[in-house]
Amino acid sequence: MRPRRGLAILLGPPMLWLVVVYLGALAVIFATAFWTTDPFTNLVVRTFTLENFRELLTPTYLGIIGRTLLIAVLVTVLCMVVAIPFAFFMARVAPRRLRGLLLAAVLVPLWASYLVKAYAWRTMLQPDGVIDSTFGATPGFGLAAVVLTLTYLWLPYMVLPVYAAFERLPESHLEASADLGGRPWTTFRRVVLPALLPAVAAGSVFTFSLSLGDYIAVQIVGGKLQVLGTAVLQNITLDLPFAAALGTASVVIMVLYLLAVRRTGALDNL
Amino acid sequence: MTVFATLVLTFVYVPLVVVGVNSFNSDRTFGWPPPGFTTKWWEAALQAQGPRDALLTSVKAGLGATAIALVLGTLLALALSRYDFFGKHAVSILVVLPIALPGIVTGVALQSVIQNVLSPVFGIGAGLFTIIVGHATFCIVIAFNNVTARLRRLGGSLEQASADLGARPLTTFRRVTFPLLRSSLLAGALLAFALSFDEIVVTTFTAGPESQTLPIWIFNNLFRPNQAPVVNVVAVVLIVLSIIPVWLAQRLGGADAAESRL
Repeated sequence: MRPRRGLAILLGPPMLWLVVVYLGALAVIFATAFWTTDPFTNLVVRTFTLENFRELLTPTYLGIIGRTLLIAVLVTVLCMVVAIPFAFFMARVAPRRLRGLLLAAVLVPLWASYLVKAYAWRTMLQPDGVIDSTFGATPGFGLAAVVLTLTYLWLPYMVLPVYAAFERLPESHLEASADLGGRPWTTFRRVVLPALLPAVAAGSVFTFSLSLGDYIAVQIVGGKLQVLGTAVLQNITLDLPFAAALGTASVVIMVLYLLAVRRTGALDNL
Repeated sequence: MTVFATLVLTFVYVPLVVVGVNSFNSDRTFGWPPPGFTTKWWEAALQAQGPRDALLTSVKAGLGATAIALVLGTLLALALSRYDFFGKHAVSILVVLPIALPGIVTGVALQSVIQNVLSPVFGIGAGLFTIIVGHATFCIVIAFNNVTARLRRLGGSLEQASADLGARPLTTFRRVTFPLLRSSLLAGALLAFALSFDEIVVTTFTAGPESQTLPIWIFNNLFRPNQAPVVNVVAVVLIVLSIIPVWLAQRLGGADAAESRL
């Protein structure tokens, strides 16, 4: 009987908080997504309807959802392309005494203010800014700027798990593969890749989810670009149920992504 | 390989350095390269009332959220590390959920609770209190991760020894577990504070018009050209203030702290 009581005391307060404050709030917002707004009074009408989800399937909003997905996928791929070789360099190539320093060098900016980093790219990308005066041209504010900025923002989330995976991979496995006649490419495909996949998937949960929900950086460097996050923001005061439906859509996408990623064992890596 | 790594690090640091340099740029619109350097933006920023009030709000919110997150996160970590129970896996997912789901969803959800439940029923409007509630919710996982990592490394043998010697659970916690956890708690607190200090996505929805945190102040003034130089100085301050706690936490917690953001 004793241990059960101890458990209840430990588990009670945090569960109360998470369930009441967090799950309660989420439940309210999902319920709201099935309500509607009176067009004359702008008040929420509490009758069940699928109208909001039907509106999500119109070309305007399918376009916005598609664009948001495109951004999330591009950012995730770019983060992988940069993070995998860089993490390999940190864990395997760089001299041992440099490794801690390199890791810190990547981690420190992770903690520098998110807002300031997005702002930094605004000043970099503006006409007459650093990029413009160095390269003679700038992509300006829009889709390319958003992808670039988000890649910059979420890169450390990909570097860290991939670095840890490379670090854990024992040298002897690589040697064994070579001794058994595996060529470098075969070793990479059969030994390194299986170890790497869960780590990349774990990193992608962050790069994907954070890109999917972002609306601050999009406003700062995206010009007039519309994504899921900005659409939620625009609807929240006048049409809360529709904003809730948009939010629900992003949660559904995220849950589908998590389910797809779970097969790789990435969730145990989080 | 080395060239590539150098390029990546350049990519990581150039934007931050540019913000730093621009805080001394004498050109109001930050033309590059800077035509000249001046310290007048720093003087103007030091005298501005807006950022100062916002800084105070941010510190209060950070302290409040950290205190709540620390208590709840530690309880949760002890429960999950030392007990086996039905639904354990679900609980460990629930604690990560607030940072794993898009922040805008958490924000909208909390705002609708404030509008529909808190203010009509309890008379609590959006303000410092609701900011703290929101921040605490996603800071729990930080404290939880730090304490869990430490507990895993310690194992349970010292606590068992204490129990075998006749100590009651509370005595064991006070005399054995807590002293062993102290530095990981401090590291967790610093990281939670840093996360709260920097947060804007959820804060936008939980902060009322009266209470602005520092990131909200920056965002609100970002698109006003005549405020640009002061915004840039505040940005530099924010970079420094958000890095110091993490740096301290790294020194305290070592390996545990480095991974706790994930």
